[in-house]
Amino acid sequence: MDANVSEATPEPAHVLAPLQAHCAELLGDRLLDARIAYDELTIEVPGQRIVDVLTVLRDDPGCLFKVLLDVTAVDRPENEQRFTVVYHLLSMKHNRRIRVVVATDEFTPVPSVVSVFSTANWFERETWDMYGVMFSDHPDLRRLLTDYGFDGHPLRKDFPLTGYVEMRYDPEQQRVVYEPVKLRQDFRSFDFLSPWEGSGLLPGDEKASN
Amino acid sequence: MPEIQMRNFTMNFGPQHPAAHGVLRLVLEMNGEVVERADPHIGLLHRGTEKFIENRPYLQSIPYFDRLDYCSMMMQEHGYVLAVEKLLGIEVPIRAQYIRVMFAELTRIMNHLLNLTTMALDVGAMTPLLWGFEEREKLMGFYEEVSGSRMHANYFRFGGVNRDLPAGLAERIDAWCDSFVHVFNDMDNLLTENRIFKQRTVDIGKFTVEQCLDWGFSGPMIRAAGVPWDLRKAQPYDCYDRMDFDIPVGKNGDCYDRYLVRMLEVRESLKIMKQCLREMPEGPIRPDDRKVTPPPRAEMKRSMESLIHHFKLYTEGVHVPNGEVYAAVESSKGEFGVYLVGDGTNRPYKCKIRSPGYAHLQALDALGKGHMLADVVAIIAAMDIVFGEIDR
Repeated sequence: MDANVSEATPEPAHVLAPLQAHCAELLGDRLLDARIAYDELTIEVPGQRIVDVLTVLRDDPGCLFKVLLDVTAVDRPENEQRFTVVYHLLSMKHNRRIRVVVATDEFTPVPSVVSVFSTANWFERETWDMYGVMFSDHPDLRRLLTDYGFDGHPLRKDFPLTGYVEMRYDPEQQRVVYEPVKLRQDFRSFDFLSPWEGSGLLPGDEKASN
Repeated sequence: MPEIQMRNFTMNFGPQHPAAHGVLRLVLEMNGEVVERADPHIGLLHRGTEKFIENRPYLQSIPYFDRLDYCSMMMQEHGYVLAVEKLLGIEVPIRAQYIRVMFAELTRIMNHLLNLTTMALDVGAMTPLLWGFEEREKLMGFYEEVSGSRMHANYFRFGGVNRDLPAGLAERIDAWCDSFVHVFNDMDNLLTENRIFKQRTVDIGKFTVEQCLDWGFSGPMIRAAGVPWDLRKAQPYDCYDRMDFDIPVGKNGDCYDRYLVRMLEVRESLKIMKQCLREMPEGPIRPDDRKVTPPPRAEMKRSMESLIHHFKLYTEGVHVPNGEVYAAVESSKGEFGVYLVGDGTNRPYKCKIRSPGYAHLQALDALGKGHMLADVVAIIAAMDIVFGEIDR
């Protein structure tokens, strides 16, 4: 059996509590919050300490989270710090997963973790591209998935589903041209949410309260 | 003697190149025939799947998962339905678990047949492709029988599968498993000890275990380096804990070992399929919960309540509680994960798809440094990249 892989059985819920306690001990004041929901452990740490935290989680013998699986962000525009940057880590040795989250806004960069995990490179580039979260000290923070010369960050909640530009081949100029989006009919979005289950105010409700 | 000026040569590879396995554009810095630096430009197939998913009811997003990695369709549906089931907290009936596992393994064989044979094609062997694709056609036939569609199945549902196996399908799959072994043995004989094939793949694109972990590798890529890590064993989902199979591992972490690991995985998948067919119990294929499962047609003709449930399920859809989950499956390429944030409505607040090929492709620069241009093609082929999942 390889030294990197455990023979432990999959995680039952009760083994996450000791891990949570271990993280609390290990991280001290760097741990802002820790919660277990749906059999998953989530810890929140300050953005400026993320490099430090991930290094500790990777190297501590009780953690050994040696694989960074994913980096992404969640956009909640109503919050003051609208972005939550989410790191998913896996420990093959202990057969555990952990989620590390960091709050930030559009202007505050999060330190890049490329120095800890090489794989963070593209994941951070994608997060920058899709959400506009900045990463400081990133070796190569270019756009990744969107078109060359693309403007905006498409996965932000305030970016429309239809986008701003569309492209077509122009036979006269014999090249592809970009134009503002022209919709043949208005964009329709049905949410189908039931108005009978107390899901909020209906149009006209404000009159009733006056 | 005049001073000779030497400089590196920058070359563009793709995006329309048959050996790029899709729309990969590589900017290669060449020193003669040797690759100094590889800069993959991806995103030419970016469709914004994650944005679409945020704007659809949960059920309507399943077809998007078929279209990510269009070589292992049902495995990705599997990842998504597992994530939604985790949020909903529903149990999957045992027969549905067996059907899902069997089709996931069938999909793995489909994917590996495509990858192994096109890899052989990339390094110069034509015949395995012709043999492999013939078998792949038959597998697509099974897809069609069960879901009505040859590739983009849209078959898995929250809590089970869309419909039960049609009459006689189990026997036909069983017969196929027996006949396929011979074709596969022929392919094995043709390729595995082939001198040219070995010259092109042994010691090409080597990665150590530490490098694999650092670059976030998973699936056959990390197993080829010698790490026996497989989510089907380590964190079993559905009925994988009842399945009897082995994890093939390599030793050297080069392209040849990746090939060997996949070859052996096909045989293990056949074992799992056989076991599923042998042990599959009778029973329901979806939970008896009208908030997730639509009522049967016949019942809707008689019961008003069923009719309402049906109407609500297909307009408003399933309401998924608040919370965030990460569910991962061992897809044919590695760990395919779905990070889902629910906000209590009928649509996901956020859905992030963690595709294995994305992590593999970004290591191309590190893997290909110092190799010849033709070796980069072998490395790409052995990574098993599909742009549907990388660009999303």
